[in-house]
Amino acid sequence: MEMSESATAAPAPNGELSVRIRKSFTGEGVGAFALDVDFTAAAGFTILFGASGAGKTTLLDCIAGLQKPGAGRIAVGERVLFSSAGGLNLPPNRRSVGYLLQTLALFPHMTVAQNVQYGLDGLRESDRQSRCEEILALFRISALAGRRPEEISGGERQRAALARTLVTRPRVLLLDEPLSALDAVVKSQILDDLRAWNNQHRIPILYVTHQREEVFALGENVLALDGGRIVARGSPHEVLQRPQSETVARLAGFENIFECAFVADHPEQGTMTCRVAGPALELEVPLSRVDRSRPLRIGIRAGDILLASAAPQGLSARNIFSGVITSLRQRDVMVVAKVNCGAEFEVHLTPAAREALHLEVGGTVWVVVKTYSCQVLQDIQ
Amino acid sequence: MILQALTLTLRLAVTVSFILLIVGVPLAYWLANSRRRWKFFVEALVSLPIVLPPTVLGFYVLVAIGPLSPVGRWYQAIAGHPLAFTFEGLVVGSVLYSLPFAVQPMATSFASIDHKLLDASALLGASRWRTFRRIVLPLGLPGVLTGFVLSFAHTLGEFGVVLMIGGNIPGATRTISILIFDQVEALDYAAANRTALLLLVLCFAILAGLYGLRKRAAWNVWGWK
Repeated sequence: MEMSESATAAPAPNGELSVRIRKSFTGEGVGAFALDVDFTAAAGFTILFGASGAGKTTLLDCIAGLQKPGAGRIAVGERVLFSSAGGLNLPPNRRSVGYLLQTLALFPHMTVAQNVQYGLDGLRESDRQSRCEEILALFRISALAGRRPEEISGGERQRAALARTLVTRPRVLLLDEPLSALDAVVKSQILDDLRAWNNQHRIPILYVTHQREEVFALGENVLALDGGRIVARGSPHEVLQRPQSETVARLAGFENIFECAFVADHPEQGTMTCRVAGPALELEVPLSRVDRSRPLRIGIRAGDILLASAAPQGLSARNIFSGVITSLRQRDVMVVAKVNCGAEFEVHLTPAAREALHLEVGGTVWVVVKTYSCQVLQDIQ
Repeated sequence: MILQALTLTLRLAVTVSFILLIVGVPLAYWLANSRRRWKFFVEALVSLPIVLPPTVLGFYVLVAIGPLSPVGRWYQAIAGHPLAFTFEGLVVGSVLYSLPFAVQPMATSFASIDHKLLDASALLGASRWRTFRRIVLPLGLPGVLTGFVLSFAHTLGEFGVVLMIGGNIPGATRTISILIFDQVEALDYAAANRTALLLLVLCFAILAGLYGLRKRAAWNVWGWK
């Protein structure tokens, strides 16, 4: 009944999602945690990126009305969904927020078609039918209309749940790691269909993920969430290629992160020297605008490090250390080597390279790192 | 005599189990979902008849509906006769006595429904009532049926409460279990045996039917709307 308004009305003028909320938990066991965010999301994909426990699901729950923020305001365009100042907190069934839960939550006792029509309560039977057929066709599951959720595959369930959410024509769409369990082919097909849908409807879509590939596949905008706060925002390239904080760096695939202390600047060379905490290992890294009195971290991608079986000469790289191989493991089509040079480096190389260099555990190698492969990180205070 | 007692017993069991269906479903839903601090109090109250001797329950119900209590006086003013020692009085006592047998299986099955399904329903715009009707009730149906049948069977066999509240009036309050007691007291063991066997077979048939149905329910029940 409440749905009828949003279900029958023509798509509203595109409203930007604006969220400014605080919510604190005085949790038992997990410890205290506070969500404190302020952002807007225009029509299109906004990726919400963060490790588990960063507060992503809590944030989505607050937007959908499943959890109540402590304070703040949530609005879609002019329409206010929550306002602590105004004493307003619309229940989930009156928000017109589409939310695809991580577990999908398809109704097990209904067919796919019944699931999809569930949110079209206010419409006439014939309209319900046609809307349902239309969206099932768009998501290529028309043939499954009469099946129950337990009778279809994981990818098909994903499509059915997405169709059920979108058929109500929500004004905002929230997706909580919707595709994390699917293989790459199915995933990209579903994403294509979702993009096609959004080209017609143009609403803000908040897409939660902790997988880097999805960030680049979808990314128009990225919000990186850590410990309940937004620690970085921008295009995927800006956020992941030049991460400013350690959390984002780890997520972005910097396998090597070293605690460092600042030693000296070399402004004329555009570099500075940092000492890795503990061992007497000095790294030459790009000159960066960081607080030199506070500890730093240096992030290096394992794939950016070279190994040499003899002491290299005539190289432009500034960081060359000899070390001992402590472990060699095959992971998929990649070899992961750990090399102890005082500090331990993780290095990724191909099986062919391992053969050519005759790498063995206990053998001596040289680790080569270019200055510009070193990313200087400092957490925002 | 057996037929009269049997008819009366069945009439009582049907009435009580239907009342408990109407009272039990909302009560069970509330127990399954409420976060009130004093919920434990209601839970304990509902479960009390399981541990309490029927005579204790019967005694207090008798006092509560007797002509000296406000409830008893009020009932007499409206109906023109007292509530105690009547069929209606028996219904009141039996509803209280069988309450946990109806409510517990219902509450258990409501509580086992994935809460995400209720969230999903609300997110699709459904009111609480619609969520209850379209999601909770169909998915909790096995528990509702179990509660219904158990309260029916439990009412069939009750003795202590009936004796305390209803006495032993043929056609009004003499149920099968009271009849058996009568027959044994009169040393008519042959008659007592026939009556007892009837009750035994009846209760067994109901329970066998219930468990048979429940086994199939795993795949069958989804078809119900």
